[in-house]
Amino acid sequence: MKKIFFIVIVIALVIISSIILLESNQTEPSNLDILKKTMSKKDSASADHSKFAVLQKKFDSPQQVTEACLSCHTERHKEVMRSSHWNWSREQYIEGRGIVNLGKKNAINNFCIGVEGNEKSCGKCHVGFGVSDSVNDNTNAKNIDCMVCHDNTETYAKANEMGGYPDNKLDLSEIARHVGKSKRSNCGVCHFFGGGGNNVKHGDLDKAMFESARDIDVHMDVSGPDLQCAACHVTKKHKMLGRVYSLSSNNQDRSTCEQCHTASPHNETILNEHTVKVACQTCHIPVYAKANSTKMEWDWSTAGKLKDGEPYEEDDSLGNHTYLSIKGTFKWDRNVKPDYIWFNGTAEHYLLGDSIKDTTKPVEINKLNGSYSDRASKIIPVKIHNALQPFDQGTGMLIQPKLFSDNYGEGAFWKDFNWKTAAAEGMKDVNLPFSGKLSFIKTIMYWPVNHMVSTKEKSLQCVDCHTRNNSRLAGLKDFYMPARDYNPIIETGGTAVIILTLLGTAAHGILRIKFSGKRKKQNEK
Amino acid sequence: MKNKIYIYRAFERFWHWTQAFLIFILMLTGFEIHGTFKFFGFQNAVSYHKTAAYAFIVLIVFAIFWHLTTGEWRQYLPTTEHIRAQMNYYIFGIFRNEPHPTKKTVLTKLNPLQKLVYLGLKVLVIPIMVLSGLMYMFYRYPQQNKIETLNLESLEPVALLHTIGAFMLVAFVIAHVYLITTGSTVTSNLKAMIIGYEDVEQDGEESAEETKLNQQTK
Repeated sequence: MKKIFFIVIVIALVIISSIILLESNQTEPSNLDILKKTMSKKDSASADHSKFAVLQKKFDSPQQVTEACLSCHTERHKEVMRSSHWNWSREQYIEGRGIVNLGKKNAINNFCIGVEGNEKSCGKCHVGFGVSDSVNDNTNAKNIDCMVCHDNTETYAKANEMGGYPDNKLDLSEIARHVGKSKRSNCGVCHFFGGGGNNVKHGDLDKAMFESARDIDVHMDVSGPDLQCAACHVTKKHKMLGRVYSLSSNNQDRSTCEQCHTASPHNETILNEHTVKVACQTCHIPVYAKANSTKMEWDWSTAGKLKDGEPYEEDDSLGNHTYLSIKGTFKWDRNVKPDYIWFNGTAEHYLLGDSIKDTTKPVEINKLNGSYSDRASKIIPVKIHNALQPFDQGTGMLIQPKLFSDNYGEGAFWKDFNWKTAAAEGMKDVNLPFSGKLSFIKTIMYWPVNHMVSTKEKSLQCVDCHTRNNSRLAGLKDFYMPARDYNPIIETGGTAVIILTLLGTAAHGILRIKFSGKRKKQNEK
Repeated sequence: MKNKIYIYRAFERFWHWTQAFLIFILMLTGFEIHGTFKFFGFQNAVSYHKTAAYAFIVLIVFAIFWHLTTGEWRQYLPTTEHIRAQMNYYIFGIFRNEPHPTKKTVLTKLNPLQKLVYLGLKVLVIPIMVLSGLMYMFYRYPQQNKIETLNLESLEPVALLHTIGAFMLVAFVIAHVYLITTGSTVTSNLKAMIIGYEDVEQDGEESAEETKLNQQTK
């Protein structure tokens, strides 16, 4: 009796302890649960700027606001003036060139081509005031535009073609009293409109993300995590993580998914193993330009046509410009499947004044480095933007044309519509020669796709890549991938062996049946 | 005179049919992973293939143990004796209803051709499949600043080897399924592998050893 009692107790103990163990395993929160919890905490400001005495006055110029800011934040201007947002350039190491001060000042893109000579227009997206071709006072801290990044009223806006000055109808006092941490609205006013319009350049940065739906981006979903840009682009001393490879060359200070999600976020080991060679974005951003179209092609060579002596525009059914006299012909696309390339975080750039050696191939404005055999490379999704842009046949250089000017007759293409004078004036501004032999050359740019992250249900599935036909990775031929790849000799040989075996056994079997039939007949006789 | 002998023991039959089932699953899922067709869905195919592969390895371990402890491994020792006669039988004799040139006994279950083919399977094809399969599963791409086991620069040679083996196995299975119909009757071999007993033509006295063995196994 004692024995039975003892056994029952032991069994009961085992059952209870195993239940407790299993239960505790189930309730252990995953990394994702922890992230959801921490990210849902909205922090409140530690100071209410509307109560500050220094902000109670009426501000007549934006510089006065900056002075007021700096009266408390006495050292912040130094950080800003070291930043690439202020300098439009940054020290970079480029293979084969050494240390280069790389930025909008010496890089070229295949959208509006370049900043030089067009500062007054481009200054709309500078964190300062008074940017123009002639005056470029970037040593004066009063010219820092604090409000463009810190306005929390969502009313601040820079004026067009005013060298970075705000719209003069704004209530600067009201804005100054309602400043705080940068929100999507602050970053978006410039970064969603790069290239001269909504979603033109990146393809994954769209005005729809001011108030993002879950379908557009899971992280910025206003009814979900509602993350602001700085949640990932972590900022310290006015220096933020994140690199755009139109202007960056080095694999450092990048903003990554792994910052929060780690390099092994999946439950399945086999998926975690993919992260060695495949970037998160590759599977989790199956399409970009989900809300509005993005520009895929820009043909500058058709620019300059006039109707009755006036520039004109043509639009498609979605309202995208397909032709602008000032800019040329465009192709747009929506819900675009990205292209895929190997990328190790380093890039090479075409810089102003480089002579193009091989003019038969398209010029890679920003060549992203990487290959299968490179241990640091991963497969990433990119938007590839193609263009035809002005090129000097004599010097082999891409041309930085003068596009913008307030006045006619100064050579600006957008006023005078003359390529030769625009090229001559533009190249003069950057102290480079122009031979007079102007033509157009194909250029391509790579834009890594990092935003518009889809829900896990909409992420790529195995067969989107692991398939013989229409594999997403059909273009990456430098490695073997199961299901996509095979060796034609082994495939033909193997199939032949199987067919021959089938035929051989079938023939043998038929012969056996035939002969046994004959024998039966003979026996019957 | 016909004699019923116990030719395939319980473990052997269990081993055979489990192996048959696993190879069938591995073939089906393997060729899906290879991209030949779609059936289970890629992710399922990979997971089933992996599970079946582990089960197969466990089975192989038991089978090796069984072969060694029972001495059954000797069945596969190759011989050139009667090999020509056996080939002639399959090419000519079988159509003339000639008797099998080699007798099936408990001690020599396999004819000389079978010995060769099964030995090839056991020491060449299966080991290649298991080894290349394990490398397929456990290869790691070389990683920056990290030491990983089984660093392979490329999956390609492993995958191609595994594919070659897979084609050979498919061909084997086809030939095997056909050849089991060439016993004393069309179904006698199949029946033997299911129930263990087979009617074997006896044209003489059973050797004392065989009788003893038969009695033991019964």
